[in-house]
Amino acid sequence: MIVVLWTDALLWALVAAVAAYFWHVHRHEHLAAPWRRVLQSSAGTMSLVILAAYGLVGLADSLHFRPAIGAAGDAHAPVYSVEVLSVLDLALAPLRTHTETTYSAPLATRAYARETVELGGGRVVREYPRLRFGGAQLAHESDRDRDIARRIALGAGAGVALWLVLVLSLLTAIARRESTSPAAAWHAVWSGRTRVAWRGALYAALALLVLGFAAASLSAEYHVLGTDKVGLDVLYLSLKSVRTGLMIGALTTLVMLPFAVMLGIMAGYFKGWVDDVIQYVYTTLNSIPGVLLIAAAVLMMQVYIDTHPDLFPTTAQRADLRLLFLCIILGLTNWTGLARLLRGETLKLRELDFIQAAQAFGVSHYRIITRHVLPNVMHLVIISLVMDFSGLVLAEAVLSYVGVGVDPSMISFGTMINAARLEIAREPMVWWVLVAAFVFMFALVLAANLFADAVRDAFDPRVRVGSGVAKAAT
Amino acid sequence: MSYAAGTADGGEPVLSVEHLATELEGSAGTLHAVDGVDLRIARGETFAIVGESGCGKSMTALSILRLLPEAGHIVAGSVSVNGTELLSLPEAAMRNVRGRRIAMIFQEPATSLNPVLTIGRQIAEVLQRHTQLRGAAMRARAIELLDAVGIPDAAMRVDDYPFRLSGGMKQRAMIAIALAGEPDLLIADEPTTALDVTIQAQVLELLRELQRKNGMSILLITHDLGVVAHMAHRVAVMYCGRFVEIAPRDEFFRAPQHPYTRKLFDALPDAGKRGTELSVMRGQVPSLAAAPPGCAFADRCDFVMPRCTEASPDWTPLGAAHEVRCFLRATQPAGPFDAGSGAQSAAAPQGVSAELLKVRSLRVHFPIRKGLLMRTVGWVKAVDGVSLDVRTGRTLALVGESGCGKTTVGKSILQLIRPSAGEVGFDGVDLTRLRGAALRRRRADFQIIFQDPYASLNPRMRVTDILTEGMAALGTEAGSAAMSRRADELLAHVGLSAEVKERYPHEFSGGQRQRIAIARALAVRPRLIICDEPTSALDVSVQAQILNLLKGLQREFGLSYLFITHNIAVVEYLAHEVAVMYLGRIVERGTVDEVLRTPRHPYTQALLASLPRGDVEVGAEFPRLEGELPSPADPPRGCHFHPRCPQAMAECKLGYPDAIRLSESHEVSCLLYRAQKR
Repeated sequence: MIVVLWTDALLWALVAAVAAYFWHVHRHEHLAAPWRRVLQSSAGTMSLVILAAYGLVGLADSLHFRPAIGAAGDAHAPVYSVEVLSVLDLALAPLRTHTETTYSAPLATRAYARETVELGGGRVVREYPRLRFGGAQLAHESDRDRDIARRIALGAGAGVALWLVLVLSLLTAIARRESTSPAAAWHAVWSGRTRVAWRGALYAALALLVLGFAAASLSAEYHVLGTDKVGLDVLYLSLKSVRTGLMIGALTTLVMLPFAVMLGIMAGYFKGWVDDVIQYVYTTLNSIPGVLLIAAAVLMMQVYIDTHPDLFPTTAQRADLRLLFLCIILGLTNWTGLARLLRGETLKLRELDFIQAAQAFGVSHYRIITRHVLPNVMHLVIISLVMDFSGLVLAEAVLSYVGVGVDPSMISFGTMINAARLEIAREPMVWWVLVAAFVFMFALVLAANLFADAVRDAFDPRVRVGSGVAKAAT
Repeated sequence: MSYAAGTADGGEPVLSVEHLATELEGSAGTLHAVDGVDLRIARGETFAIVGESGCGKSMTALSILRLLPEAGHIVAGSVSVNGTELLSLPEAAMRNVRGRRIAMIFQEPATSLNPVLTIGRQIAEVLQRHTQLRGAAMRARAIELLDAVGIPDAAMRVDDYPFRLSGGMKQRAMIAIALAGEPDLLIADEPTTALDVTIQAQVLELLRELQRKNGMSILLITHDLGVVAHMAHRVAVMYCGRFVEIAPRDEFFRAPQHPYTRKLFDALPDAGKRGTELSVMRGQVPSLAAAPPGCAFADRCDFVMPRCTEASPDWTPLGAAHEVRCFLRATQPAGPFDAGSGAQSAAAPQGVSAELLKVRSLRVHFPIRKGLLMRTVGWVKAVDGVSLDVRTGRTLALVGESGCGKTTVGKSILQLIRPSAGEVGFDGVDLTRLRGAALRRRRADFQIIFQDPYASLNPRMRVTDILTEGMAALGTEAGSAAMSRRADELLAHVGLSAEVKERYPHEFSGGQRQRIAIARALAVRPRLIICDEPTSALDVSVQAQILNLLKGLQREFGLSYLFITHNIAVVEYLAHEVAVMYLGRIVERGTVDEVLRTPRHPYTQALLASLPRGDVEVGAEFPRLEGELPSPADPPRGCHFHPRCPQAMAECKLGYPDAIRLSESHEVSCLLYRAQKR
């Protein structure tokens, strides 16, 4: 049975909107030009590839269903599991199902803590027990290192091979399009003379493929990043957290965008009392400590969820509603920055002659705003959206850590960190949960920031080098 | 060594530049911004470089000071000041040259001063670097310098921040800073372009006086031939990175030789060319990126010969210190220049026509709000009782300095700014009483053209969308096919091909953009167009094209123009009637001949006297104006002009004088003419 969670629906709607935007951009040269400049920068393409990988994971994790359990009653009414799974869960089935009893270190074959094990004949020893899945196929534990090396080599080899296939198909495609030889295309790509900075994209793809395949080949028999307190594979947790992070970043943006754009432009365009009211609202909103507001709102939501258990057939749906609500409340508190920026820009734009000319034609305010103001502030909107994204991913981690973020049953970077925090203090230290969350989040945020930089460089008219020269020449 | 590169009197030159070449690395390739420039400036001499924007004037100046932008570098040549070669100096030594040997003043005084430092501190910076003066002596010197550039109460002003000074005062302060190092050479890059004519006259006079006193040399960079006539001893005309003509001033204005120079003079509007078409150059300034062999002007020259495109012409000496780079003049020097040589065209419709626009006691007051509750504490009387009439098919020019409220008059006639009081009668209907849909219906009748061609077109819209916007909003054409046809028609009217419809504004030059803006205004078939300084951001040759176009359209469609400008020459050329505005009020109005030939109001007289002109003799007739425009928030009591008026009387302070009729069409608001009141 397919389950459409609220956030799934919104995320796919957002994907559709983004696709529609790029289709529109593709047909308008002046809109496409800055995006082409984004693709010209190596940092841009590199981060785009990494973001795309995260995006794939997140989207695969946003197709939910409830698997049917073997027919318990009659065949006409199949019984569905209360557990909601996603396509990603299917793909990661071994990771999801290979659970240990408790902590185990990355790539370990034995548990992390000594346990009392009953041997046959009433003998009891305290030892580090073998794991149920981690390295269970090994006849001798001493073979572990060799086995790991072999698996890494195999995985990396497969990654490199796939990468080479990718490179070759790209080169033939370029060669056909530019009608040159593949060798010439090869030189163009590696000296960075192509119109799209393929070199950066290929480096990132190589890194991702090698790491991904090595991890995949290892994770068939090992817990690559160890297991957590209840024996869940940390790699699985990390991959599941990606969706939560992306969801917070993307949906919050979706919520805040209409507020920021509409109110910001209205304040700047109409001035007078409209401006006064909007400014008053966002100044007030800005003066309330954000965390307090979010905590209060999320707790209220939690009370509502707790008192209406009948509304939610599964825990996933409960957790999802709380996630959605978190996005909304984050969006409501976050629109002020962009709105203020747009107000300032609109104040400047509305005095420009082309808007005065439109007013002289009696063009309606709505048309002036949509045709003259909005297209001229779009670069600001795009720049601030990509820049806000990474901030929101980090904000989720902080809020969940504090306990007012996502539902505790939902896997996210914040809940991972929260769970890991006490284990840092114990001896011997359990470090891998925290490190895994850190590395995955760091890569996502770094890629998002690099991409934001590339976007800003391409869209901000002031940082463009070419125009500076042209100006100096006059 | 070329002859004309020598100095006029043969003395040791202060600045000597030889074969200077500067290149700029741009996205479109290498630009040859300066391409082999030779010049020598003697002590006490003013050498002017004139040329249109983008010809490399400023790059020449920046190359001399080695202050090029990052993308620029000097590729050849030598620059020496008093015998010291500059191009090989280390950067540290160069800092002793800048400010001390050569100082520079820039076009925009508002951005050339640091807003968070007092004037005194900014002068002291230079003094500290280049002189031994410290402490009280340094301060005394700063005050002395401010005094020398004519800033009143220098001892108090020295502690003021730049925002307390007006534009003209800021430029004076800039000059004081430049003079602080007692330079041998002052480079003035468009020093008065951002200033009003009366202030420009003051600043130019100041520069001449300082030159007389200090014997300083000046390298003047300008696009304004009037300023050149006023200031220069020798003139060089620059085109595409090269000098094409060098001549002593009188020789230059009497008999310019290069075809480009003559075209420039031809393109200048003035009274003598009324009723004729201004001569225009075909084509556009070629890109500096492509340096074709041969003369850069060949493509646009009326006298082009086969050899012009093959080899670059060398200097041809023509009499005393006059040189030209043209093959034509080598064989056939041109005679004295005859200004009124444009093609005669049909005169504009004459005779009395119906009144189209009738503005009566129009007032636009903006509240000044202060304090926490934004209480209104006063009013800026931007427009304070203006009455004017525009007749069908005629042009009324509204003349005045910046800040006098002329643009506000234009916008309030269009109801873009709602007037506080008064009537705007258009074809018998008072526009100030119309609201909403009723006003929108009338909007097709009056349109506006703006000054800045870069700000007046939405960069995100295609030309076709820009042109059809007004038609769609006002519903003047039925259906999109009709709108598209009309857009083609409009582009043809303004001299652009229909193919440009799909392009975006950034693909056009300033002149072409202004044509598109004119086409947009024409789209809804208006009867009145308010032209708000439509040519003041354009080069002379492009200005001529736009003026011809406006004149042609008036003839063809019987349009009326309210032409807002500060450029008297354009008024003389284009307008039928003139109204002179000072501080929100009209002080004198009448026909062009009445107002410009026999100006009565002291302000009009002073305004005309301030104009730098080719024929220098004109200057002596009327007194120059002291001081600057007072704030419209706090206008002087009585006649607004009396504090600056050379003929002010005691009664002038008592009340604002009524308009006095001098003839059927000539009116002036001045007590001097009380006796003639009928």
